[in-house]
Amino acid sequence: MINKRTLLALALATGLTAPAFAVAQAESVKIGLLATFEGAFAVLGEDSARGAMTAVEEFDGTAGGKDIEIVRGSSDASPDSAVRAARKLVEQDGVKILVGPLSGDEGIAVKDFAKTHPDVTFINGSSAAQDTTLRDPAENFFRFSTDGAQWMAGLGEYVYDEKGYRSVATVAEDYSFPYTQVFGFMAAFCKAGGKVPSKSWVPIGNKDYSSVIAAIPDEVDAIYVALGGADAVNFLSQYNDAGGQAPLIGGSITVDQTVLTAKGKLRDVLIGTPAAGPTADTNDDPAWTKFVEDYKKQEGAFPSPSLFAHAYYVGMKAAILALNEVEGDLSDGGEKFRAALADLEFETPTGMVSLDENRNAIADIYLTEVTENENGELVNKLIKTTPQVNQTLGIDRDEFMALGAVSRDNPSCE
Amino acid sequence: MTDLASAGRNTSLPARSWLERIGTGHILLAVFLLIYPLMASDFFLTQIGGYSLVLGMIALSLMLLAGYGGMVSLAQITVAGAAGYTVAIFGENNSGIYGFGWPWWLYAPFAILLASLMSALIGWIAVRTEGIYTIMITLAVATACFYFAQQNYALFNGFPGYNGLRAPEAFGVYWRDPVPYYYLCLATATIAYAAVLYAARSTFGLSLQAIRDNPRRMRAIGFDVTAHKVFAWWLAGLIAGAAGVLLVWFNGRISPGTISVGPAINILVIAIIGGLRHPIGPFLGAVVVVMMQTFAIDIVGAERFNTLIGLVFLAIVFVSPDGILGLWERFKPRTGGEDWSSFVKGRSDKTKT
Repeated sequence: MINKRTLLALALATGLTAPAFAVAQAESVKIGLLATFEGAFAVLGEDSARGAMTAVEEFDGTAGGKDIEIVRGSSDASPDSAVRAARKLVEQDGVKILVGPLSGDEGIAVKDFAKTHPDVTFINGSSAAQDTTLRDPAENFFRFSTDGAQWMAGLGEYVYDEKGYRSVATVAEDYSFPYTQVFGFMAAFCKAGGKVPSKSWVPIGNKDYSSVIAAIPDEVDAIYVALGGADAVNFLSQYNDAGGQAPLIGGSITVDQTVLTAKGKLRDVLIGTPAAGPTADTNDDPAWTKFVEDYKKQEGAFPSPSLFAHAYYVGMKAAILALNEVEGDLSDGGEKFRAALADLEFETPTGMVSLDENRNAIADIYLTEVTENENGELVNKLIKTTPQVNQTLGIDRDEFMALGAVSRDNPSCE
Repeated sequence: MTDLASAGRNTSLPARSWLERIGTGHILLAVFLLIYPLMASDFFLTQIGGYSLVLGMIALSLMLLAGYGGMVSLAQITVAGAAGYTVAIFGENNSGIYGFGWPWWLYAPFAILLASLMSALIGWIAVRTEGIYTIMITLAVATACFYFAQQNYALFNGFPGYNGLRAPEAFGVYWRDPVPYYYLCLATATIAYAAVLYAARSTFGLSLQAIRDNPRRMRAIGFDVTAHKVFAWWLAGLIAGAAGVLLVWFNGRISPGTISVGPAINILVIAIIGGLRHPIGPFLGAVVVVMMQTFAIDIVGAERFNTLIGLVFLAIVFVSPDGILGLWERFKPRTGGEDWSSFVKGRSDKTKT
């Protein structure tokens, strides 16, 4: 009897106190990979992991002469879960480099968390809220993937000048990344003279869009949609079912491969939708086509990598390149590594990437339009490249800051 | 509902020394918990230890309602969230909205009080119903609060919620440091646990259990059934509120994700996994759930870890409908003295009416 009790206590004690069993090999470097492997953005999270692994495999799983050991952490796109997962990776698994997170407000939360661990280096995944790096940035948080406003470069002018739209309603999810996207779109569209009479903000994971669709004014020329993953699919199919006629303008993740490959009657509403983002499926740059080939070796890959795969690939590659530069030496609390990251300038599948003083990327942005390729798959056709877009969209930094933080109501041009 | 929630009664307590009254089980547990910081890393201290105690307290408030009152509530995380948002609004945050900067000794009790009043209000609405309808009403309340918090920017700051909520520095100690935070959680949880144990044996607790078993008879004898139930909700609100304050100090932030339907069901899972018969159940459940949610991803990888968590929970409930408490009862040493295990056993001489 006593034995059983002692045994139980012992089991409990070891269970609660035993440190991670993974014995750290002398010659390995641990990199945390934080993405949304659950919830509404799970499909996006899985593709982002494919992108990150593409980069790891490109370097044969080694960085700075050491084997790369990837430790995964999962969130459900809520800031709380992202911080909890990041905390586990840093405090329990002991990663010194963390690549992630995926979604907008997660990025802001992880940036705040980063400030409490100055000796750990955080490299953004695909999170693209503006204020992750623009206001109150963290010294050890780097973003090689540009933000949601940058992704919109060229779209506002294009739909005003080429498509002739003068009045556009917006439908977007109600958190910081879509605010950033709407901001980026409206910055150019309103400047050109366009009007945005109605903005609808819907919660993440919304299933029923009938009231949103009903609230869109009839007289608008087009609808700007910035929804992601399952939300985009739900909205688009319901809009189609409701007999919606207005042409669409896509946010970067609305016409991404994660949506274009979805089953259902999306085809008719989607073809011809202009959008802008950090990737274009029909890009014929050899660097891009090579990346697509490498990416397709991953299990379950889409016909073309999503921008999440691309962003995580770029982030992971930056980590590996900087590790190579410092020969895997993180013994000084990552000081040298972060200095190497800050100065890093490298060729990605989508052109040169470098960082500004807030450690946010300056990179090429692509204007695209959804078309059907010869296999009957929907892809984003490259229309135009906007070279080297910076975070302030070419506006003077002080002037740009004066525009205020992005929100539901900023900007506005009714 | 009553079957699932048949908490024990032990009406004949002979006079014993306080040591005997506490019981060997409790003493062993207390010693282990007190020396736990000596063996555990910082991560295990806060992310597993502290977090389990906090979730355990929220589940304890559910156990109090479900076990003794027969009222299963899905709104306990909402009550904790109310306390959390109160801390964010009246304390300090760096989201740039509100943050009145009250000192901790003012905002913490205020938050707990406000949460308990909200709990009483939810209870007052819910006591008109029974069984599955109570679950439905509290689920509706939880869902409504979640969506309201997510879409209201004036008061709740919408989806991002509040961040930059720091635990106080008082008496020369920063209470979010691993060891102080752990002991703070442990102390609060112990008080809540002892209070529930005491309340269950008090006149109020016994009347509540009698009301659970036969409200009509109790009403006929002259008991105010509604008042007893609402009072139980208020007590549960105090516990959940205290846990809510600890939760925001733990996370350093609060957002609608904290009080969404997922976490609400999580609390129910914790209570069921642990067992509803004794106040120790929710804490056992919390440890298992937190461990699973933290480490399942290391065992089966990122794609399927939620499946593993689900299977383990199913297995526990399948093997033992009373959760871990039921497992303990099955394998516990038969010579157990006057400790809490006999308290659990006491349910077998419960009389059903």
